[in-house]
Amino acid sequence: MKSLLRILAAAVLLAAVGLWVARGANRGWTKTNIRHETPDPVTGLTGISYEKGFVPGIDFLGGAALAAGVMAGGSLLVKKKI
Amino acid sequence: MLPFLATTGLAAPETFDFKDPKGVNAITFKLDAPLEAINGSAGGITGTVSFDPQNPGATTGKIVVASASLTVPNAMQTTHLRGSQWLDVEKNPEITFEAKELKNVKTAGDKTTAEVAGTFWLHGVSKDLTVPVELSYLPDKLGERLGGNQKGDLLVLRCDFAIKRSDFKINQGQMENKVSDTINLTVGIVGASAK
Repeated sequence: MKSLLRILAAAVLLAAVGLWVARGANRGWTKTNIRHETPDPVTGLTGISYEKGFVPGIDFLGGAALAAGVMAGGSLLVKKKI
Repeated sequence: MLPFLATTGLAAPETFDFKDPKGVNAITFKLDAPLEAINGSAGGITGTVSFDPQNPGATTGKIVVASASLTVPNAMQTTHLRGSQWLDVEKNPEITFEAKELKNVKTAGDKTTAEVAGTFWLHGVSKDLTVPVELSYLPDKLGERLGGNQKGDLLVLRCDFAIKRSDFKINQGQMENKVSDTINLTVGIVGASAK
């Protein structure tokens, strides 16, 4: 049980870091709406629209680190089998 | 009669409708914050402006923004922004600017720069503001823009200015270490006058 929790903690942290890097290593807040800009040639204005998407940010990493920490910490409370 | 009026400078002002069928109209806003500036936009724009190409200084009008159209890239932040602690969009469904007078008007060709004085309504609070504005009159460009045979003119308004959320009692004095008091606004909108 102790080992399982520690492996899970490491897996959560690694998966979160991997996803964060794969989605562009965004150092800001997590984005769930992706902004698109479309130029309007006649007026010179730029239209803005949003579509659903997911770009994890620092808060996502923090949440994952917290979850991993709780699991790793919990493993210390599990008694070894004698 | 109309060509005569136009050449003598007595042509009637045109009314431009700012409900854009192409959905390009947007007002963007930016608030500085420690981790990342909060950048968002509002697209629910309506309103009309009366503009006379022969006398741009007489421009008046009202632009209305649907508060519930304010969006930032993070869904939770968008919910907070529209919620009761910040804009409270259920109680304050509209943000408006009513232009009453243009000052320091300078016109070169179809482009006019000026300072527009008017009343800004936000979060149930009104405040008189004078902000710089650029008006670009694009005669006979409506059909080209919409890709049809419709005849008409376009009026593009551009404007950059800043307000303080404390002036409009938006979470006044709260969280200023996390979200700046200053809100930078950039307006880029087009209105159409069909003929």
